Amino acid sequence: MKIQKPAVAGTLESSDVQVTVEPGTGSVELELSSNVMNQYGRQIKETVLATLERLDVNDARVTVVDKGALDCTIAARVECAVFRSCGASDKDLPWGGIIR
Amino acid sequence: MKNAVGRDIPEELLVNGKEVYQGKNYMDGKYVQKVGPKTRRYEAPQESKIVASLADALRQCGAASGMTFSFHHHLRDGDYVVNMVMKAAIEELGLEDLTIAATSLGNAHDPIADYIEQGKVIGIQTSGIRGRIGEVVSAGKLKTPAIVRSHGGRPRAIEAGEVHIDIAFVAAPTSDCVGNCRGIGGKSNCGSMGYAMTDAKFADHVVVVTDCLVDFPNMPASVEAIDVDAVVVVDSIGNPKKIASAAARISQNPRDLMMAENVAKVIASTPYFKDGFSFQTGVGGPSLAANLFIEKIMDERNIKMGWAIGGICGPMVELLKKDKVGKVIDVQDFDLDAVNSINQTPGHYEMSASQYANPANKGAFVNKLDFVVLAALEIDTSFNVNVLTGSDGVLRGAPGGHPDTAAGSKCCVIVTPLVRGRMATVCEHVVTVTTPGDCVDVLVTDYGIAVNPLRQDLVKCLDEAGIPHVTIESLKEKAYSLVGRPDDLQWEDKVVAVLEARDGTILDVVKKIKPYHI
Repeated sequence: MKIQKPAVAGTLESSDVQVTVEPGTGSVELELSSNVMNQYGRQIKETVLATLERLDVNDARVTVVDKGALDCTIAARVECAVFRSCGASDKDLPWGGIIR
Repeated sequence: MKNAVGRDIPEELLVNGKEVYQGKNYMDGKYVQKVGPKTRRYEAPQESKIVASLADALRQCGAASGMTFSFHHHLRDGDYVVNMVMKAAIEELGLEDLTIAATSLGNAHDPIADYIEQGKVIGIQTSGIRGRIGEVVSAGKLKTPAIVRSHGGRPRAIEAGEVHIDIAFVAAPTSDCVGNCRGIGGKSNCGSMGYAMTDAKFADHVVVVTDCLVDFPNMPASVEAIDVDAVVVVDSIGNPKKIASAAARISQNPRDLMMAENVAKVIASTPYFKDGFSFQTGVGGPSLAANLFIEKIMDERNIKMGWAIGGICGPMVELLKKDKVGKVIDVQDFDLDAVNSINQTPGHYEMSASQYANPANKGAFVNKLDFVVLAALEIDTSFNVNVLTGSDGVLRGAPGGHPDTAAGSKCCVIVTPLVRGRMATVCEHVVTVTTPGDCVDVLVTDYGIAVNPLRQDLVKCLDEAGIPHVTIESLKEKAYSLVGRPDDLQWEDKVVAVLEARDGTILDVVKKIKPYHI
């Protein structure tokens, strides 16, 4: 999917994660901060990158502000932000397709 | 050298007879030479010991660079005294290389972090370390490793001369002109002054700081004039709103209540739960809520609690007023109900930190405890508990009386949710061992109960009462299945804090955390 405009999903509440996607400059750039960085930073990064890959996003600036979200939450917020950026979040979401 | 909880203690710390932790009651029966203070004679009668300022009091007590000043934390997050004393010592008298020996340090003491960064404060000895002080110490900015002791370990170390207090500062809600102090009757009341008592007896000099001067004699005194050199009257010793909360409320959170009910069931299944039993609980959500369910079972079985100790709050005072507990013995107060009750409600008494929890005296209250209910930041599969360091390895907690009550009690119950946010509370290895697993008996979580295999007698009690329980390993796996398996923290070699077991052996060290990059 191609990121068309900036979009945000998620909140800064405890156990949530706020994901911002913006059009990139030729590749995926990830900026990550987390209050559980020392123990889970690596896994959060893997989850974000794997989700972007599944959505076939390879050109985006992604900012992730994590407040201790579980992996399922992180994946869902990334998916939502990407679909919003493409204006494709209001109907016909591919449940069971690239959204798992 | 590895100690009895498997922690590697650097050899350079094992000097002057320091040993690594060997297990519970290792020092039992050994002798200790107590060290007395060098105190000044005031033979000529004095009308008053009031001096004009903290700076004058410091001068009168011979304050000098390199000294150790002690403080107590009954004013909690409302305390002004630590900051104003250190400011006078450093900015007015120009002192350096100072050590702060406090019963606890918290967010109220953030300005001290600046003095640490400037190298003016070079040592911290405490039972709790939070806020900016915890951050700068974790960042390796304190010149010497901080020493963290339990509330019982601290008076033990003072009596043995391992901490020599040059000047003790007593934050007194009321004092008379010669230094008889009480925790009530003023405008910044804290109730019990138990943590200040040992300091006043073993410091070379004692300075009372008060914001409410009362007529002589201020009786019954918590700290007595016979130990006091000077009295300083200031505008305010603390913010009353932050000293004691209005009233510790019992949690309405259904998860907390479920855990609390299970704590009560576990307690009631043991042979120690009989008329006259003794009890201590923390003031955390589920720990405090356990009171409610225990009271219900006490009523059902028509038994009463003999006595309760600890940091005291309203719900325990209520039990006393309802005649459901015989006596409450109090080292610190957490809310106004408790503050207003001490020495007022019949059966509500004050005690010193040593009387409460010191493992080297001849019989602290903790040694007579049947039950203690405590919280944990983390607990590992060996039942070791961490209440000091966060999951990022930064100092932000307080052993307090946790290790003392766990070791002394017949049944120590830890109650904690299985996970907090993404943090697994039940884990493979705690970041820092603050209470060794051989002192912890039962773990109650929202996903199940586990009994320490060392306590087969308690396993039998739970089985007979039909209380389901699982292994702590299975709780850990459940936690990791929810939040994922955490990566190990990465440390540098520099030791930033030494954690003493209550008997004075070394339980663990905290190292400087490596900055994390992904």
